[in-house]
Amino acid sequence: MTISINKDALDEMTKHAEETFPNECVGFFYGVEGNDRDVLVAREVNNVKEGDQRRRFEVDPFDYLMAEKFAEKNGLTILGIYHSHPNHPAKPSEHDLRQAIPYFSYIIVSVMDGKTADVTSWQLNTETNEFEEEKIEIKQFDKVK
Amino acid sequence: MARVIIPTPLRKFTANQASIDANGGTVRESITSVADQFPELRKHIFEDGGEIRKFVRIYLGDEDINVLEKEDTKVSPESVISIIPAIAGGID
Repeated sequence: MTISINKDALDEMTKHAEETFPNECVGFFYGVEGNDRDVLVAREVNNVKEGDQRRRFEVDPFDYLMAEKFAEKNGLTILGIYHSHPNHPAKPSEHDLRQAIPYFSYIIVSVMDGKTADVTSWQLNTETNEFEEEKIEIKQFDKVK
Repeated sequence: MARVIIPTPLRKFTANQASIDANGGTVRESITSVADQFPELRKHIFEDGGEIRKFVRIYLGDEDINVLEKEDTKVSPESVISIIPAIAGGID
């Protein structure tokens, strides 16, 4: 599958990842789904993981509730979750795999020494229980508020 | 009777419906009612023993049922119940 990402949304994700470095950031992205996925908007949420946020992220369930409401209000769909891997490659970890939710795309921003080094996107294959990489296309969609 | 909001990843099991009207006077009865209507949902919400799965949180309105009466929390026809998947991850 291909995932097309609005450049503004991608910039939001990488900016958030760099600002949060050396901790992990997390957020949702929203858009529309047809044969492929078009990501129009990214919105950050707090990493509420207690303990070492350099290696872990967790989303407050209330923030998920608000994300669903934002999607409904704006006629969009939550297409997935982005998070960063500080000083690590943009590859899903075993921990990511254990927590993976089917359907969602997982965009990972690798941040090396504070700068974005790589961005990848993955989706869980529920038959093999492995992540499959999605091809990313960067586009400039009409501005969505 | 209450309305149950289905999280986006599970909507493929509810014919893409975002919310389902549920019978029952408690949260547990409401969620069970939805699972009865869409049996493929059941394993994503309940453990084999019938408890709510560890990776699922349930909200009544804007409140976590864990600070209310948990699954025994009473609902009214105006109640909105949300099924929320736990979202976490990180590097190894």
